Amino acid sequence: MSIIEICDLTYSYNPHTSFEKKALDNISFTIEKGEFLGIVGTNGSGKSTLIQHFNGLLWPESGNIFVLGRNTRDKNYRDQLWKKVGLVFQFPEQQLFEATVFDELAYGLRNMGLNKQEIDTRVNEALENVGLDPEQLRTSSPFCLSGGMMRRVAVASILAMKQEILVLDEPTAGLDPEGSAHILQTIKKYQQENKVTVVLVSHCINELILLADRLVVLDNGKVGAWGSTRDVLAQDDLQHYDRLFPDYIRILFDLKKHGWKINTGMLTVEEAANELGRVLKGGG
Amino acid sequence: MSFKGIQLLDVTKEYPGNQDIKTCALKKVNLTIKPGEFVGIVGKNASGKTTLARLLNGLLLPSQGRVMINGMDTRDRRMRMEIRRRVAMVFQNPENQIVSPVVEEEIAFGPENLNLPHHEISRRVEEGLKLMGLREFRHYAPHLLSGGQKQRVAIASALAMQPDYLVLDEPTSMLDQSCRRELIEHLHILNKQQGITIVLISHCMEDLAGADRLVVLQQGSLFADAPPWEIFRQDDKIVGLKPPDIVRMVELLQKMGFNLDNKITTRAEMVDQLCRLSKSVI
Repeated sequence: MSIIEICDLTYSYNPHTSFEKKALDNISFTIEKGEFLGIVGTNGSGKSTLIQHFNGLLWPESGNIFVLGRNTRDKNYRDQLWKKVGLVFQFPEQQLFEATVFDELAYGLRNMGLNKQEIDTRVNEALENVGLDPEQLRTSSPFCLSGGMMRRVAVASILAMKQEILVLDEPTAGLDPEGSAHILQTIKKYQQENKVTVVLVSHCINELILLADRLVVLDNGKVGAWGSTRDVLAQDDLQHYDRLFPDYIRILFDLKKHGWKINTGMLTVEEAANELGRVLKGGG
Repeated sequence: MSFKGIQLLDVTKEYPGNQDIKTCALKKVNLTIKPGEFVGIVGKNASGKTTLARLLNGLLLPSQGRVMINGMDTRDRRMRMEIRRRVAMVFQNPENQIVSPVVEEEIAFGPENLNLPHHEISRRVEEGLKLMGLREFRHYAPHLLSGGQKQRVAIASALAMQPDYLVLDEPTSMLDQSCRRELIEHLHILNKQQGITIVLISHCMEDLAGADRLVVLQQGSLFADAPPWEIFRQDDKIVGLKPPDIVRMVELLQKMGFNLDNKITTRAEMVDQLCRLSKSVI
């Protein structure tokens, strides 16, 4: 069953002015329940605009988007959407505002009308999920933490709400490799344990290649490619946005252009090297 | 005439810390950058990269030792304006250095402050727009541009001062892979066609694969200074640096028995060698 269905979605910024820019142009695809979907695209391709439609922050200019079967244009439904779709914005640590880590995580939960006991359990659980020690941090101010830890607090505050769909906009941007790996492992583990649907937008396709079940490539507001990660990479017509891909895959694309009979659907450097070895030994 | 280029002579930089304990950010660094070079600077967080960059145009002054720009000492107040004209800086977040509401005006800001004649200002704005591929955005407000475009505006503004040296402190860390590559390509064009010396600080080894040499800093000391391929090959000794995928790919293929050059660090070199290799196999 499709958990999110996007039908002919179009959205423009600054409509009817000389700066009008079509951010999304007739987009259609579906997101299945329980999958890990990666969204990639260059800066300005419409990634962040797209995901803000998932919880009703933006409305389509034309077309429709159905979340859990209901149209987000429905005003009555919009008030419930935030309980179903958790959205972690870019640089979420910039939106921390409470005096303590506990209150920060509890804010959303209190708004959901949960009782004290439940809030307490969920806060502890969410902090543990992101690898922070609840005992140590509950009473600290989030603003005394390092950037990487603030990011984890911000992610935890969304995880605590236990929504069915989790959408993250570049959760690793600006973190060092260690911090990025930690956040991604947390999300993957959370997805597998809780069977939630995860949509992850990343500027770094390298991390999505290994994590995502399927990929959507956004290209100038249009869907450039959509399918299983391996299928997307194996396509013939990626040249147009091949800058997005890691160099080990771009080399395979280059060689294909030189007439090599080579399979570009390789996920890791090792796979790519083996494929090159196979072709060089005369397998192509 | 005095030496052209950048010289760091026994440079030590200390910051005042807690309770009279000084933090030493750079320890006795000696470094020469010749005109026309493309130099990459790498190192972990807190290894002294940013301190080094800020010493190059006198934003910071050395605690001991000297920093010489085309023979001018950065400690000499009278030379500071001239040094800052020669050495342009671009920082991590372009939004911190953009001041004007329109792209064109942003690029004209520096030259206007030099009291240049109108036609010269227009010429420099034109050139900046052209070099950084920004012509179509000339009338845009900077906040309507993407991160990569904003970073290019910041570089175009720096170029309008006609500097000899362009120092960039992690200019790509806010950009996605594709914008990052585009920016690096622009830097190589500036370096080759305009002869501008580039000093590029980056965490991303792929950014630096095409540099003439890499300077590795570790805990404030100069740890290594060599061509990129040499640095990438001794990765286990240099903590915290992940060599580019291409270097790993070359190693894997070499283990399979294919004859590839150790010096390959860029995609173009790799494709070239592989094509040659496949012809010799067939």
